[in-house]
Amino acid sequence: MSDSPASPLTTADGVPLKISLRRAVRRSKLKAFLLVSPLLLFLVIAFIMPIGEMLWRSVDNPEVSTHLSRTVDALEGWDRESLPGEEVFAALAEDLREGQQARNLGLLSSRLNYEKSGMRSAITRSARGLGALEPPYREALIELNAHWGDLDTWKLIERESSPLTLSYYLAAVDRQLTPDGEIVRAPETQRLHVNLFWRTLWMSLVITGLTLLLGYPIAFLLASLPLRYSNLLMILVLLPFWTSLLVRTTTWIAILQSQGVLNDMMVALGVIADEARWQMIHNKTGTIVAMTHILLPFMILPLYSVMKTIPPSYMRAARSLGGRPFLCFRRVYFPLTIPGIAAGGILVFILSIGYYITPALVGGQSGRFITNYIAYHMQTSLNWGLAAAIASILLFVVVVFYLVFNRIIGVDKVKLG
Amino acid sequence: MAIPSYATRGERIWHYVFLGICALIFLFLVGPLLIIIPLSFNAQPYFTFTQEMLTLDPAGFSLRWYEDFFTSRAWLNAIKNSFIIGIASTILATILGTVAALGLSSRHMPARSAIMALLISPMIVPLIISAAAMFFFFSKVNLAQTYLGVILAHTALGIPFVVITVTATLSSFDTTLIKAAHSLGANPTRTFFKVVLPLVTPGVVSGALFAFITSFDEVVVVLFISGPEQRTMPIQMWSGIREQISPTILAVATLLVLLSMMMLTTLELLRRRSERLRGVTPE
Repeated sequence: MSDSPASPLTTADGVPLKISLRRAVRRSKLKAFLLVSPLLLFLVIAFIMPIGEMLWRSVDNPEVSTHLSRTVDALEGWDRESLPGEEVFAALAEDLREGQQARNLGLLSSRLNYEKSGMRSAITRSARGLGALEPPYREALIELNAHWGDLDTWKLIERESSPLTLSYYLAAVDRQLTPDGEIVRAPETQRLHVNLFWRTLWMSLVITGLTLLLGYPIAFLLASLPLRYSNLLMILVLLPFWTSLLVRTTTWIAILQSQGVLNDMMVALGVIADEARWQMIHNKTGTIVAMTHILLPFMILPLYSVMKTIPPSYMRAARSLGGRPFLCFRRVYFPLTIPGIAAGGILVFILSIGYYITPALVGGQSGRFITNYIAYHMQTSLNWGLAAAIASILLFVVVVFYLVFNRIIGVDKVKLG
Repeated sequence: MAIPSYATRGERIWHYVFLGICALIFLFLVGPLLIIIPLSFNAQPYFTFTQEMLTLDPAGFSLRWYEDFFTSRAWLNAIKNSFIIGIASTILATILGTVAALGLSSRHMPARSAIMALLISPMIVPLIISAAAMFFFFSKVNLAQTYLGVILAHTALGIPFVVITVTATLSSFDTTLIKAAHSLGANPTRTFFKVVLPLVTPGVVSGALFAFITSFDEVVVVLFISGPEQRTMPIQMWSGIREQISPTILAVATLLVLLSMMMLTTLELLRRRSERLRGVTPE
């Protein structure tokens, strides 16, 4: 068949070359994928699934539907205008009695308490007082706790009986639902999170700006020195990069605290009086100074790798054409460094908004980030749904910036050290 | 950065001002790390230089905080835990990451950039979010408060570093070297051990160092998913700073600064070795 001019080229064993080539490509694709698959599988199990679990938790709402299942069933078809009838109260009594025996009313009572304060004690007291009650339950339960006579309580139970809820997200942005299902702002005293989100973004911007301000001259110096000097100076940038985060935070505590090195020096030099020591730690200043120091290498390294590629002859050419030094810098050199500024800026910003350790240790009240509230809801208030909702919002912001970063720079271009 | 001969007087002045500014920024970068070294020898439980220290009086210096550190059961246990967790997770991350990097640097890797973005994500997702997520998931599958749980979590966090450094090494790998070895009569095994491995090793080792230091310095995840048995060095420091800050922490910090200097030296030597092997010489 190789005699006919239209017949395709073949390999030695007679398979058309095209097919053979396609097969080889497929085989090497498969081989490459098989090499990556163990890691992919590991990350899916150890990292992606936990993240998925967290996202699920931010909307998951099993408490009312499982622990008050009879009540929820009995509420079906309720008119929402007047208090439900005796059969609903009887179902409630049955649910509470069962919950009391199984000792699992805690989750239910705290879940309802997030939405309507006083519900925790309403449930625990009613469950405890049920033993002495006789039917009809309606009057008896209302007498036991006034919450059961409140129409809003029943509207709440009906609303929260759905298996999914948005109320954690609403709470994360300081909103809440009225009993009639309208979204309103939370009371003034409970509005914490939106302010913290803004403060986190704002302080991260300040930190990013400061690292750029300090990092740009250093990167410029490193890029314009001959390699044997710049390698030596690079060590000064990499040493903090390689040093434990806690060490760097500790050292700022030692320097900035009111009995610390800097204040002592200022007092000794007579710049400030002994009584008027500067408050530089456990506030915004502390967070900003320490985080600028910690994140500075992340700005310098991408800037340096971009500046390294700019031929020095460009500036010489601009000068020879008669430009004044500043003009040459502004019109020739600076525009060429913008990719580096973008890379370093986004990197520092992403790292900064998700920082937890440093704000927690040196931030005090005014230097806290939203991450500190995630930890607070995880460890202290134990409102895990709310923690998951705040974390999901933060994750969304970070992922958006990460995708932008990936788009304009590419993750595989990231260099370490 | 020499001053060109055509520089004006103003430029000359600016040049020295610029160098001065750079020196100050370098001081800001490194000064804080150096200042804790003498502070850790303080004889008094203060975080500042005492009068005796400033006058270099020997009475102002002591090793008491180092003694504290090396005789404290809690600290020694924390070091042990840190090394167990760090080494185990580094080995796992290095093996998984290197094998994956071999696949990723293949020309035919499907969906390369999407998979790469996924593999790098543990580095980008804020630690507090990873920690909370792992807490939810690991307590469900009974991995919370176990060594295995912490090791797996740290492996996930270390993987991006291994993947990045090894793919970078492989991307600059000159495949004609393999052909050259073959043409000179080496069989594939010999080629792998004599040519490929020596060139790739620096990348793998520096990736492993990054993974180790990530685990060794990690607080947030351990804080969330470990039990009292798995207290690591960073956790011990964290609670030390939060509860009662004693200069023992400064002694630990000094030791850690020395450790990072050692790591950095190792990396620099590796880089030089790799450059020499590739025939690149610094200007």
